[in-house]
Amino acid sequence: MVKEIERAGIPVVHICTVTPISMTVGANRIVPAIAIPHPLGNPELPADEEYALRRKLVDKALEALSTEVDDQTIFEV
Amino acid sequence: MSKFKVVHYINQFFGQVGGEEMAHIPAEKREGPAGPGLAFSKNFGDEAEIVATIVCGDSWFNENLELATEMVLEMVKEESPDLFIAGPAFNAGRYGVACGTICDAVQTELGIPVLTGMYVENPGADMFRTKVLTVSTANSAAGMRKAVPTMAKLALKLVKGERIGASVEEGYLPDGVRRNFFDKKRGSTRALEMLLKKIAGAPFETEYPMPTFDRVPPMPAIKDMTKATVAIVTSGGIVPKGNPDRIESSSASKYGSYSIEGVDDLTSNTFETAHGGHDPVYANEDADRVIPVDVLRQYEKEGKIGKLHDWFYSTTGNGTAVASAKKFAAEIAEKLISYDVDAVVLTST
Repeated sequence: MVKEIERAGIPVVHICTVTPISMTVGANRIVPAIAIPHPLGNPELPADEEYALRRKLVDKALEALSTEVDDQTIFEV
Repeated sequence: MSKFKVVHYINQFFGQVGGEEMAHIPAEKREGPAGPGLAFSKNFGDEAEIVATIVCGDSWFNENLELATEMVLEMVKEESPDLFIAGPAFNAGRYGVACGTICDAVQTELGIPVLTGMYVENPGADMFRTKVLTVSTANSAAGMRKAVPTMAKLALKLVKGERIGASVEEGYLPDGVRRNFFDKKRGSTRALEMLLKKIAGAPFETEYPMPTFDRVPPMPAIKDMTKATVAIVTSGGIVPKGNPDRIESSSASKYGSYSIEGVDDLTSNTFETAHGGHDPVYANEDADRVIPVDVLRQYEKEGKIGKLHDWFYSTTGNGTAVASAKKFAAEIAEKLISYDVDAVVLTST
């Protein structure tokens, strides 16, 4: 899905936990997530900390979208 | 003659520990065969036996790749087996990646022959088929009956050090290594038969498929995020409560387009997940954990992004055929372009 949307001309950032799959599939901008059932959250944290964690991931995703890349790139949080 | 010793790796489901709610369990070792291992044992007859079975949660393995590999390696080492088998994983993505990862490690680190089985579209197959001998299986466990004899036969050849034939003969996924064999018909006959089929419009199978390198060049970066319209797409199956479009929990045949106009936060009363490939509890409690509507809406208000697109697009990535995903995304892309969306955040579970 990442590839088809990017092929149509829109930059995509893929936020996912198992980054090797994302690399194999061919995403160009990748942000590693927290866990498979809750990529952008952590139910063990109090609500405000969980929200702060999500902000961090989204910040990284927006940074990835604003960064020129020549090749597949993982943006570590 | 003593029997060859085999160690078998399976996931929590085939280990009968539980379904997705148990996918977080770390690896554990049991004596003897379990689950599909029983069928393998039958096929091995008195030539080989499964001395231990390692059962591991799919999520745990994938979320802790290095630690998991190390732990399972240690368990395998303790048994000093003649062969290591993982799966078969069919089209289960996390299970396939686990099987490929651990087989690769056992083979490289311990020098023990390995064997696994997967459906050709399993992401683990793409990642490991050139390194790990992988039997081609059906896309669901319904194919177990067919997969086990093929794997068992190949397993016995491996432990005995017998010559492994070509992929078409042995039933494994092509690994990029050419193995010669004598066909019953000579090349010219086969070529003519293929040509006649082609002329007649009948299906035919090439003996030398061209490799596919499907890569998309990266699109240019967003110059000014404060003016950009950002859209959310997910394979995490987030849908309005009640799943109005009845998106399937696995092997999705469709995707949904859902309005988030004016929505600041997703709650357990309004949104849930349709995904059947992982424990849904966390997404059902708060779908922002899968699609960050709350944060992006806040960023829109703060002016960090120009606009959060009024719609998000969702399907379940669980066992969904690559061809379906491609089709959904091409349609979604058309919609995004018609709405002048500049960038996409795509989340996967």
